Amino acid sequence: MSQLPALIPTTLILAGLLSLLVGLRSLRAGHLIALTGTVVSFLVSVIGLLEVPSSGQPIRYALGGWIPPIGIEFVLDHLAAYMTTLVTGIGVLVLIYAPRSIRHESPGKAALTYPSMALLVAGLAGMSITGDLFNLYVFLEIAALAAYALLATGRRGGAFATLRYLLIGAVGGGFYLLGVGFIYFSVGSINMADVAARLPELLESRSVISGAVLMVLGLALKMGLFPLHFWMPDVYTNAPSSSAALIAPIMTKVSAYAIVRLMLDVFPPGFFTEALPIAATIGWMSAAGILFGSIIAIGQQDYRRMLAYSSVGQIAYVGLGIALANPIGLIGGLLHIVNHALMKGLLFLIGGAIQWRTGLVRIPDMVGLGKKMPWTMYAFVIAVLAMVGIPPTAGFFSKVYLMIGAVQADAWVWFAVIVLSSLLSAIYFFRMVEFVFRDVEGAEESADDSATGGVSADELRGAVAGEVPPSMFIPIAILSAAVILVGVFNFLIVRALLEPAVAPLLGG
Amino acid sequence: MTIEFFAGRYPYILIAVLLAIGLYGMTMKRNLLKKVIGMTIFQTAIYLFFIQGAFKQGATIPVYTEEFGTDPTLYMNPLPQVIVLTAIVVGVAITGVALSLLLVTYRRFGSLDEEVIIQSMRESA
Amino acid sequence: MDGFLDLAPLLAILASAVAAVAVPLTGEKRRNLRETWTVLAAVVKFSLIAMMIPGVLAGERYGMDLLEIAPGIGLSLRVDPAGLLFATSASFLWILTSFYAFGYMRGANEAKQSRFFSMLAACLSATIGLCFSGNILTFVIFYEILSVATYPLVIHSGSKKAYEIGRQYLIYALTAGIALVAGLAAIYAVTGTLDFQPGGFLDAEMGMPFLWTVFLLFALGFGVKAGVMPLQSWLPNAMIAPTPVSALLHAVAVVKAGVFGFVRLVGYIFGPELFGAMGAATFLAILAAITILVASLIAITKDDLKARLAYSTVGHLSYIVLGIAILAPQAMLGAAFHMITHAAMKITLFFCAGAIYVHTGKKKVSQLDGIGRQMPLTMAAFGVGAVGLAGVPLVGGFVSKWYLGVGALDAGLSIYLWVFLLSGLLNAAYLVPIVTRAFLRSSPDHTRFNEASPLMVVPITITMLFALLLGIHPDGVFRFFSLAEAIVASVTGVTFTGGI
Repeated sequence: MSQLPALIPTTLILAGLLSLLVGLRSLRAGHLIALTGTVVSFLVSVIGLLEVPSSGQPIRYALGGWIPPIGIEFVLDHLAAYMTTLVTGIGVLVLIYAPRSIRHESPGKAALTYPSMALLVAGLAGMSITGDLFNLYVFLEIAALAAYALLATGRRGGAFATLRYLLIGAVGGGFYLLGVGFIYFSVGSINMADVAARLPELLESRSVISGAVLMVLGLALKMGLFPLHFWMPDVYTNAPSSSAALIAPIMTKVSAYAIVRLMLDVFPPGFFTEALPIAATIGWMSAAGILFGSIIAIGQQDYRRMLAYSSVGQIAYVGLGIALANPIGLIGGLLHIVNHALMKGLLFLIGGAIQWRTGLVRIPDMVGLGKKMPWTMYAFVIAVLAMVGIPPTAGFFSKVYLMIGAVQADAWVWFAVIVLSSLLSAIYFFRMVEFVFRDVEGAEESADDSATGGVSADELRGAVAGEVPPSMFIPIAILSAAVILVGVFNFLIVRALLEPAVAPLLGG
Repeated sequence: MTIEFFAGRYPYILIAVLLAIGLYGMTMKRNLLKKVIGMTIFQTAIYLFFIQGAFKQGATIPVYTEEFGTDPTLYMNPLPQVIVLTAIVVGVAITGVALSLLLVTYRRFGSLDEEVIIQSMRESA
Repeated sequence: MDGFLDLAPLLAILASAVAAVAVPLTGEKRRNLRETWTVLAAVVKFSLIAMMIPGVLAGERYGMDLLEIAPGIGLSLRVDPAGLLFATSASFLWILTSFYAFGYMRGANEAKQSRFFSMLAACLSATIGLCFSGNILTFVIFYEILSVATYPLVIHSGSKKAYEIGRQYLIYALTAGIALVAGLAAIYAVTGTLDFQPGGFLDAEMGMPFLWTVFLLFALGFGVKAGVMPLQSWLPNAMIAPTPVSALLHAVAVVKAGVFGFVRLVGYIFGPELFGAMGAATFLAILAAITILVASLIAITKDDLKARLAYSTVGHLSYIVLGIAILAPQAMLGAAFHMITHAAMKITLFFCAGAIYVHTGKKKVSQLDGIGRQMPLTMAAFGVGAVGLAGVPLVGGFVSKWYLGVGALDAGLSIYLWVFLLSGLLNAAYLVPIVTRAFLRSSPDHTRFNEASPLMVVPITITMLFALLLGIHPDGVFRFFSLAEAIVASVTGVTFTGGI
């Protein structure tokens, strides 16, 4: 049982490397290996997810037998189990989905895509469970490198957009590393638990304060918090669908999670709110980001660009949860990590399905899709309801928690921002629902011919009655169900995982 | 006073200047290659910061020798150096990816000027 | 039996939810089977709800807590007189509407009937859900589902105009929904509870700015659905939906959900005392009084029959809101009872309008001269509804208006009595001439007796009898009057002896 934490990233790294080697010979086998690795680590995560709350104790694993704080330590606690399950789960679904979509959108790149996906998931899962500040940096960059590889293979501007992402990512990573340096030289340790134990005496130290600021700033850059989000729209628009579907839901969230981890488990309670105005800064950036993202999204014509701007707004909900820094607000933010990952993953997968089936990427062209691929569009409606926050879908509850948190923190402006943003997202999403379900008279036939993407009749034969093939539709169906189930049973998650996780905020 | 302040900290000042140069290059330069150069300067400054932080006057490398015995003050702290080694590996990987992206971008757009590329992307969209 | 009745609210919600899924799965081709699902669900739902009436009147509060999210927030179902009153009327009328809708949809040869019946069932699930909600969170959840489930019905025709109206509808409904969520969050953050309590659970110590913020958020949230001016403009537009929707949702279920929200707000969140003391009652009463008069005046000018009925609905919803805002026990009783009587009368009128449209294709008031000869049953029912809304004795409307008026006098607010009387006259002015002209004038179009399909005429007759019975023996139908009395008793502590 104590090996669980180590199994999660190592399985993925091994699978990634093996998949790369095998993939050069047989794509199919390469894909299978990456998928198997992800499935195994997902199962291990689920075991952890069940084990941790029932024992109430985190599972610790000292890497290489070096006893912490000397060696690196993996800690699978409530929050880490929550994150790894999410990250590996999304990984499994996207890997199931990917082959068809890649063959269609970026042929010839598949051999590199599957290993990169496995490594990306490895990096993010590693970030989630590591108990070491520097190790977090390493996993951060592993994930980032894999992401660059995945994103660059898309449309014409993909490489350029990714390069800009890489530059901002390098600055973010650099700041974080610098922050780790400051903490190490003043505290003398980089083990999270050890640092937390030693910090209370050193809170006045200027280098501790600089370290904290640098680390959070670096992570905020990685998280794509407004106004540091500018790379996001171009990247998501130009990336292959399946890459965007893997990266958009989880990549920025894990950075947000890392900030939460610093706030809860490294720095003492109140440090980010009282000693330093870090939380407030994040809060205002988030509030601005929510409004900015939602408003800009309204004007977008490209489906994925719209989703990207929406993501700018949605990640900021998590930011607001961090900024509120009271238990219920933070629970809202953390719950939104999962909720948004599910909804956004779903929306990107649907975008890929639309592109596969019809070749369409622009929203105005999607008129009448409801007839052509009804089941995919029902899934789309579920995703939209969740994004707007209609109960009982997942999106509703995180917003309610955030609102309650905002009132408790007397943050009325942020409260108003959350209220307003729901309406804004309703505007751009319902506009699209209206589009896809509208009947097109006469125009339908001609649009049909010109837009049948690159899908040959042979490929379509495997598809469900004009829909996408099962390998693409099943992940969509699973995510749709998850969006509703997580909404209905969100209290289970909150009870078992999030309440214990935010306990340090209460000064415990 | 001022002189003493700087004299005691000149390595750090050098690091800060390097960081600033790197950031300047990444944000202000329009040429993508210069941005990548800025990035490597920025990263190098961080490595230097760790090495400087671990440096001890009169201490030796952290490998046990009879001559120095077991007095920890006579050895340099190995941890930051390990960190730097790892960070360099990461940095090289990032630079490698950046350069390959640079090449692809140049092939696709025939330019490394950010403004020109953005213009060209806007036109094609 | 009691254990079973605790499950009854949940089962009542699920009954139509099952139908909402079964209907589209059965599909257009097997439409008789599809229709069976609707009828089955409607009957099961109504029976479950009706079974609870005796117990609730005896003081039982059936229900269960489904899930608890955090202390004090969770999903909980509780049946109290207020919820049961509304639920009984909505579920009873759904049975009639179902049959009527089969006739209407087939008669008008509408497309997408599966989607229509499925969404109608979903709306009913949501309505019953919010009736039986034990706390604000549950209420808001069902309220939001109701908003969204109505959208496909509003855009049913698929025309450009319908989509435009649908957009307006969504903006109104979602704004309302988010206002409620905001109000809910504010209340929870301050009080730590969201459970409805007869007599309210907020108190003046929480500070006027907070209380007014909460009040305004909730008033916005409920005011949209209740069509209180200036938030009414979506309602007449929503008449673009097929008539069964206008009849059941936009005269009963959806709009009354807003009114029911005001009942909850005044009686179970603020409590009448605080509501009056903070001045919110006066504010709300003035808005409602203006709405009553202005809506009645607009109704006179409308030539489109459904538009005229829609404005009449706007006015009558505000009767109920005004009755609540007057705060006197008698007025509250009248308001609660008016929820039922208005439902009975207005659904009759809409059914008639739909029957006329499907059968003759006529939509405008000016085209209806002499139609009484062709469709005497329909027009007779229309007449009953019309005089009932005007407040003529022997129809249900008289009873509720009587109590509303008495309540206004009791509270020393005789001005509102004049509002009721004046609007009664206006009601007569815009509805009664339709009937007299239908019977007294003659037109070459309508000479032979030729009624609409029995699927429509029978429900019309039943709702008409329902409206009459409420006027003759108010407690005779499903004990609505006793339920209304029980609401007032639980909220204000005033009990009525003897009744009517």
